[in-house]
Amino acid sequence: MYRAEAENIIVVKDLVKKFGSFIANDHLSFEVKKGEIFGFLGANGAGKTTAIKILCGLSYPTSGSLNVGGFDIYREREKIKKNIGYMSQKFSLYDDLTVFENIRFYAGIYGLRRKVIEERASGLMEKLDMKEARDMLIRDIPLGWKQKLAFSVAIIHNPKIVFLDEPTGGVDPVTRRQFWDMIFEASREGITVFVTTHYMDEAEYCDRVSIMVDGKIAALDTPEKLKSIYGASSMNEVFLKLARIKVE
Amino acid sequence: MSAILVEHIAKHFGTVKALDDISFSVDKGELFGFIGPDGAGKTTLFRILTTLIIPDQGKATVNGLDVVKDYRKIRQDIGYMPGRFSLYSDLSVEENLNFYATVFGTTVAGNYDLIRDIYVQIEPFKKRKAGKLSGGMKQKLALCCALIHKPSVLVLDEPTTGVDAVSRLEFWEMLKRLKESGITIVVATPYMDEAGLCDRIALIQDGNIMAISTPSEVIKKYPNSLYSVKSDDIFSLLNDLRKFPDVHTVFAFGQAAHVSFKPGQSAGSSLQDYLQAKGHSGIIISPVQANIEDCFMELMIK
Repeated sequence: MYRAEAENIIVVKDLVKKFGSFIANDHLSFEVKKGEIFGFLGANGAGKTTAIKILCGLSYPTSGSLNVGGFDIYREREKIKKNIGYMSQKFSLYDDLTVFENIRFYAGIYGLRRKVIEERASGLMEKLDMKEARDMLIRDIPLGWKQKLAFSVAIIHNPKIVFLDEPTGGVDPVTRRQFWDMIFEASREGITVFVTTHYMDEAEYCDRVSIMVDGKIAALDTPEKLKSIYGASSMNEVFLKLARIKVE
Repeated sequence: MSAILVEHIAKHFGTVKALDDISFSVDKGELFGFIGPDGAGKTTLFRILTTLIIPDQGKATVNGLDVVKDYRKIRQDIGYMPGRFSLYSDLSVEENLNFYATVFGTTVAGNYDLIRDIYVQIEPFKKRKAGKLSGGMKQKLALCCALIHKPSVLVLDEPTTGVDAVSRLEFWEMLKRLKESGITIVVATPYMDEAGLCDRIALIQDGNIMAISTPSEVIKKYPNSLYSVKSDDIFSLLNDLRKFPDVHTVFAFGQAAHVSFKPGQSAGSSLQDYLQAKGHSGIIISPVQANIEDCFMELMIK
């Protein structure tokens, strides 16, 4: 939930990232509040993935100052990694490990103790109604289950922020909504959610949305305000108005 | 004669029923959409139609040709764009196009009319390796390669997955123009909002076709009374609505919730009172027409 008075959990000032002469991120500046669901939208190639990699401590910016979860991006990257979760549609769970083995693996990476892992794993499988799937291989469970499990695993260490990169691509409409129920719940519990999506109805679920065009942030506000600024009835219209001007 | 005729097709992989007794037909010149999530069976069906795999049972024909017996002839006559990018990453845009033209015994110049509108958009990058193109450009090149031998039937497996809203819109505009040139197009998509752009659609889930009709007919058959409900706190709103007596389904739709009641039941004025009592502010309740996604979810949970 967005509260203007809440503390900033992500602060980005003048982020620039160049690849040779190509400017992928062109002076990005924005703040994300604690507990907020922040939608990070943009056309393919607008520079979203580049920015997310930097925010997660996987790549250095060319210039600019960034603070993620209270840690400096240049000096405290390892601390950032311990305090964030990450999930993408493309890769998140190991197909040839079982449900339980995946949970144990991720929880172990984040340094959770064996006893805590056992507790969280059974709690999690109970909550997801997946107890009977505990020893099934990931490749054998339905996509909808995988997505929900991948999200739960991404926040198993109670991170300050979770980054979700197109988490709902290809899933059925009921599962997609159940997935958003989980996002709302995580946000209620104080986890900040940073999410990208190509489903424009999902942009409406965000507290605030930024739209990137050509490496710059072209707009950033609540969905309601963006719709009124651009005289649009939906976020889809807002997106088309902003991103259609320049394609490729 | 139908462009595509499928009768009682089934296909298993191990214990998984990918397709379970599927039948349908596609008319010549029709733009036909298969709408469904990953794992619904769309790709399996398309691989059967493009003669890449053989069904366990049933019969399918393309332009009257049998997909098992006449596979050689069918391959000359169809264009196929697989879900995964399948061009040669280490060949340039131009080289890929020439390669596909040559394989089908034709030339780029010979059929340039059909692809011109699309190709001019990627022509500035014709010397670039296909692997170095952006998602939207890869998709345009793949479509050119699928069209270069002037197929009468075009099969597109999730051409717009992972593609942004602007490129998706442009892609559908291209399909509309191709349809005008008389090509039969069969397209799969997980995006329910694309259903309205097809002449007819099949809603597919777990290897079964749940409904097959024009988009407006599918919507007309939605059985429940449906309301759009808004309040200032969508998360609590969804939870509270689910506890309202007689409610059938509650799903989030953007900043509103869609709430359905089975035929014969309705929200009445008590819903407003109920939500007020639960402490909601900014409550707006209005009847709303179902969209394809409402219909899909209703069919799924039946």
